[in-house]
Amino acid sequence: MLRFMLIRILQALPVIFVVITATFFLVRSAPGGPFDQEKVVIPEVKKALEAQYKLDLPLHEQYFAYLSDLAQGDLGPSFKYPGRSVNEILFSGLPVTAELGLYALLIALCIGVSAGVFASLRPNTAQDYVPMSLAMIGICMPSFLLGPLLVLVFGIWLDWLPITGWGDIPGDKILPSITLGSAYAAYIARLSRAGMLEILSQDYIRTARAKGLPEWQVVTRHALRGGLIPVIAFLGPAFAGLLAGSFVVETIFQIPGLGRFYVQAAFNRDYTMILGTTVFLSTLIVFFNLVSDITAAWLNPRLRAQFKGGSQ
Amino acid sequence: MSLLRVDNLSVSFHTRNGSHQAVKDVSFTVKPREITAIIGESGSGKSVSCYAMLGLVPSPPGRIDSGTALFEGADLLALSERELRAIRGRDIAMIFQDPMTCLNPFMTIGQQLIEPLQLHKGLSKKEAKERAIELLDEVGIRSPADTFDSYPHEFSGGMRQRVMIAMALINEPKLLIADEPTTALDVTIQAQILRLIADLQKNRDIGVLFISHDLAVVADIANQIIVMEQGVMVEQGSPDAIFNHAQHPYTQKLLAAIPSGQREAARVDPDPLIKVSGLKTWFYPSNAKDPVKAVDDVSLEINRGEVLGLVGESGSGKSTLGRSLLRLAPITGGSVTFDGTDVTALEGSALKEFRRRMQMIFQDPFASLNPRMTVYDTLAEPLLLHKICDRKNLDATIATLMDDVGLARAFIRKYPHEFSGGQRQRIAIGRALATKPEFIVADEPVSALDVTIQAQILELLASLGREHGLTMLFVSHDMAVIRQIADRVMVMYQGKLVEQGTAQAVFENPQQAYTQALLASIPGAATASAT
Repeated sequence: MLRFMLIRILQALPVIFVVITATFFLVRSAPGGPFDQEKVVIPEVKKALEAQYKLDLPLHEQYFAYLSDLAQGDLGPSFKYPGRSVNEILFSGLPVTAELGLYALLIALCIGVSAGVFASLRPNTAQDYVPMSLAMIGICMPSFLLGPLLVLVFGIWLDWLPITGWGDIPGDKILPSITLGSAYAAYIARLSRAGMLEILSQDYIRTARAKGLPEWQVVTRHALRGGLIPVIAFLGPAFAGLLAGSFVVETIFQIPGLGRFYVQAAFNRDYTMILGTTVFLSTLIVFFNLVSDITAAWLNPRLRAQFKGGSQ
Repeated sequence: MSLLRVDNLSVSFHTRNGSHQAVKDVSFTVKPREITAIIGESGSGKSVSCYAMLGLVPSPPGRIDSGTALFEGADLLALSERELRAIRGRDIAMIFQDPMTCLNPFMTIGQQLIEPLQLHKGLSKKEAKERAIELLDEVGIRSPADTFDSYPHEFSGGMRQRVMIAMALINEPKLLIADEPTTALDVTIQAQILRLIADLQKNRDIGVLFISHDLAVVADIANQIIVMEQGVMVEQGSPDAIFNHAQHPYTQKLLAAIPSGQREAARVDPDPLIKVSGLKTWFYPSNAKDPVKAVDDVSLEINRGEVLGLVGESGSGKSTLGRSLLRLAPITGGSVTFDGTDVTALEGSALKEFRRRMQMIFQDPFASLNPRMTVYDTLAEPLLLHKICDRKNLDATIATLMDDVGLARAFIRKYPHEFSGGQRQRIAIGRALATKPEFIVADEPVSALDVTIQAQILELLASLGREHGLTMLFVSHDMAVIRQIADRVMVMYQGKLVEQGTAQAVFENPQQAYTQALLASIPGAATASAT
């Protein structure tokens, strides 16, 4: 088990390295720089600024300087928020984004799994077609459309829920979480339907029925465990995707999360901020993928035995 | 007084592609303390009849059109799902064909065993566990208390079937339905499981409904035999009546298809086409220290024009040996000489030429034919690859091949899924013959087929062998099949050859204990020798 994890972590390092390198050179090859603005800056001031942020050095020296800082866990100073480091900004936005992502994931799981399992019980009937059509709509509906729609219906027409903010008014977390989670709910619904259909056609389900178990116990005790493995394998990438993809929702609902800094950094050519966020998010994606792979394998007794054998 | 009485049962399936009557007006009775066997080939409706009684036929597409099934005075077919559930697993229990897939791989053996007890008897977990361990002991599981928390994958097929039997018997049912319980098992294991079922039936005074495709299997244990063909019951009677005075032509056909008799003694001069000396094929799994010695130091010779039968149970290395001869499995040590050429280290075009002269027929024609190629394409590929004929003569050559293996020429543009299992195996044989090989490895070519089809394919192989002067290595786990086709026999056990000799010598005077055990476990041996 430990060996498996170690190998996977070692495999992840080159991936992250390539991401850093590609991002580093791409942002610098984009036209414009952090201190090119409409307001003309006096050349001496600009030069001093560039010297302070090491922008006057040759490109490869900048690159190696950045790498050595990164190795010590320092993502560098932000170009646009003088006096604040990228680390500081990231960790001020992260808790909000993480909380939003977690709620969205929980909503996605509850809705997705129940819809998928429900649909799988009577395949190719209305009980299957209705939730699956809704899921298809959910997958196709972008959050910049769903968000304003929800705001319009529940915030303005019905006036049930607040439409902006995060943690200021009770209930203001509901709409953003639903907006962010719905696409994932739809995807999870499809995954769990397919997984359940596969398991429900297995011989051991017939064995369970032959024992006289009521249908709900056949499903919960015998089918769910195997049927939801694809969903669990998907949770890791899903959570990482929620964190990285939350900026649209954060913008719609005025939430002070990570996503907004990320997008603004790109507009501002805030090199260190873009790089820092990218490195941070790609590390998270790799990490959550690893966690969900291990969990999915752990749920399968046969693979679990192999892991035990491998760690000896 | 009967335990179960089925009258005029009809079941049909309705799908978009049309309706299909699976069971037509079937009536039979199962007496308490007796084993009643239903015999039929795949598609005969034997399993569907039993599943229908217990409400286990998925509906739609299945539908019970008519009939009654009286079990202790209650009509199973008229019960509600809830009432039926109370009977399933308590009064009527089932065991199924494939123990590898019938146990839930995500739950421990123990969890699955105690489920029926908790469900129907309301026992506490502790009481149920004690009972389960007792029963595991009774069905012959070693150290049952320790295995209670094991997962199914930690058991062999035979052991899993024992667990299934324990699970079925745990609530002391009055009727046990066993659906092909030994079909997926090796012969020696099959004999053990059959004995176990017969013993348990006697000790517990239960009625057993035993479903099988193999008359020989039920010969020794059944009190009554029912024969089904295409959804219709064609004959029923005592084993003696069925085996000795069968009335219906289909029953007679089934009986004739039981592999029996033997080939004429070898007419071959010792002129070895293939010499194998000290052959080793070892595999190195990543998580084990020791290599798996699938074939370990095997030496043998196969004479020109001879059929060599290779017998062994699963895991004995017989298939690996066959593949190694064709260089389809890696050779760790030793040598294989084919017609005077050492083929152990052949590469490139020399290997290709050698491959032309040696072909293989696989066990499962469903899996070994490419589903996206028509018969024509499948047969044309080797012909063109090895330049056996040019494009001009291709159609004629393929038509001759089709005639050889007994397939109508009209089928030439069809895909494998449009054929039955036996026809598919004919295609596979045609593909193997296309290159005009001198040597064929037939790896369990008939074990996936129904008995009557099995007899046809064996006959086809034997006659093609004579016509084309083929040398053949015939791999099988089935002693009766080997006896019918082989000139000489070799027995393999755990990667080693344990016995070899002429078919007559091995069958009539086996020297090794293992060979004797194999012969003793041929089903129906007792009945066959009595008649």
